[in-house]
Amino acid sequence: MEKRATFAMGWLGMAFILPQILLVFIFFYWPTGAAMFWAFTLERPWGGGNEWVGFDNFRQVFADRAYWGSIIRSLMFAASTATLSMAFGLLLAVACDRGLKGYQAFRTVFVWPYAVVAPAAALAFRFIFAPEAGIFSALVKQNPEFWNPAQNGYHAMTMIIICYSWKYAAYCFIFFLAALQAIPRSVIEASALDGASVLRRVFDIQLPLITPTFFFMLVISITDSFQDSFGIVDVMTDGGPGKATELLVYKIYFDGFRGLDYSGAAAQSIVLMLIMMVLTFFQFRYIERRVHYS
Amino acid sequence: MIERTPLLNLATYTVMVLGALMVFVPLWLVYVGATLTVREINTPELHFLTGSHLIENLQAAWARGHLGGRLFNSLIMSLGVAFGKVAMSAITAFGLVYFRFPGRTLAFWLIFITLMLPLEVRIVPTYAVAANALWPFQSILDATGLSDLIKAASGLQIALEWNLLNSYTGLILPLIATATGTFLYRQFFLTVPDELLEAARMDGAGPFRFLVEFLMPLSRANMAALFTIMFLYAWNQYLWPLLATPDRAGFGTTAVVELKLLAPTVSTNGGGTPDWNVAMAGCLIVMLPPLLLVAFMQRYFVRGLIATEK
Repeated sequence: MEKRATFAMGWLGMAFILPQILLVFIFFYWPTGAAMFWAFTLERPWGGGNEWVGFDNFRQVFADRAYWGSIIRSLMFAASTATLSMAFGLLLAVACDRGLKGYQAFRTVFVWPYAVVAPAAALAFRFIFAPEAGIFSALVKQNPEFWNPAQNGYHAMTMIIICYSWKYAAYCFIFFLAALQAIPRSVIEASALDGASVLRRVFDIQLPLITPTFFFMLVISITDSFQDSFGIVDVMTDGGPGKATELLVYKIYFDGFRGLDYSGAAAQSIVLMLIMMVLTFFQFRYIERRVHYS
Repeated sequence: MIERTPLLNLATYTVMVLGALMVFVPLWLVYVGATLTVREINTPELHFLTGSHLIENLQAAWARGHLGGRLFNSLIMSLGVAFGKVAMSAITAFGLVYFRFPGRTLAFWLIFITLMLPLEVRIVPTYAVAANALWPFQSILDATGLSDLIKAASGLQIALEWNLLNSYTGLILPLIATATGTFLYRQFFLTVPDELLEAARMDGAGPFRFLVEFLMPLSRANMAALFTIMFLYAWNQYLWPLLATPDRAGFGTTAVVELKLLAPTVSTNGGGTPDWNVAMAGCLIVMLPPLLLVAFMQRYFVRGLIATEK
């Protein structure tokens, strides 16, 4: 879409966009370029610039079993948090969309978790699941093996998945409810006149009509779970016990800033960038075209 | 719609009440935790009833986490990101929509590609840029041989340096360097009828006047929505402030980053049981500002979320 009526002073338009172009250059394109440069080079130990090593850094990253571990964990984390948060978000949105008396109050409450700061939620759930003081403490007293996220990797993973899903379900709820409410009232009234019951309308009309939102949320949930999980992991488990909750971004942070392996961290960043770009591209091109109703 | 479905209504209410409980119970447990003493909280049972030490715990958390200064940092950073984002998105979108100049399409794509990659995936080099924001320009000068040229001509060695670590500028700028709000404003400006500009021009309004007196008032709702979203986004940041504020004794850091230190993990204090009562009190304090914002701005918040993601 283009405007027909515009201002004649082209230079002024350039001046208006200049600040953002500068910022984007300094804080987006330069770092992205630097990541690529580091990913294909290796810093010489005693200074004197970087040495071109081709795909060596990538080969090293992919040969590292710890890296594959973090990929598998991230995928598991993405799949379980997407399933949990979308299921709960959708269920609550369908319930609210019925517009029963007093639903506005519930709607307000369901949005809250999204406004809770992720590290604060993480600290809260760490306390709730703490073996010495939280909800399982009575059971832990009888059997210390029952729940111990500081030692058991599966317990730690479960804990971060629940915390993340609690917060993210609110986000899914907002989008699903907006999509449900965008369905024209007339469609639903027409089917009601045809004798379709409430449940029938949900399954045969409302849910099929929001499939685009559903797929949109699926992709967004996966990409968000890669980036937003850092705070929760860092506060709850520090990536432990024994790397059991080390997700992709956490590993980049750890290798880059604690291990000072810039080249390895950069190669990992490039891989993550590619994953994100493929997912975003997939969302724009494929999903939007296939699931389209007019 | 008027239908008699008593059983289904009951089921719907059950779902909604259970959902509300899932939201409330964790928050309630945090509140209860913040009212107990250390001794009370570290007993192996679930505490569902409040104690009487809320104020003491809040004071302890405030002092231990230096929350006064930290909250101030968070506030400045969030306001800076929110205002900066709104202002820059508006003028960039204005330039892109209402002017014609060579390279406009290229600029459009350069800006919108930034939507694809969040800060987290390019975190290491962004940190290097923040340590010296003029590094890109220095490298360009070096690579093109301009530095050598200047050195030969004037004897001056060019060493550009501008360290953004431990500063509000460093906390704010990288978070603004994305296209989120620009896209929102562009979509909005495109829906403004052409006749408005024609009429404004006939009345003698120039570009600045048109932007400030016509477009800005029209986009008030968008502005509020974007402001709310960006404020929350900045307040919730964790990884970036964690890295960008290494000087904890001087500049400090944001309240959200400080929170972790209230309940240290194995890596920071070698294990041991944290003072959960104080940690939960700190949790309450840090949680409160965004919750209040959302409570007051719920309409704009929901609208902004949906508009910026699509």
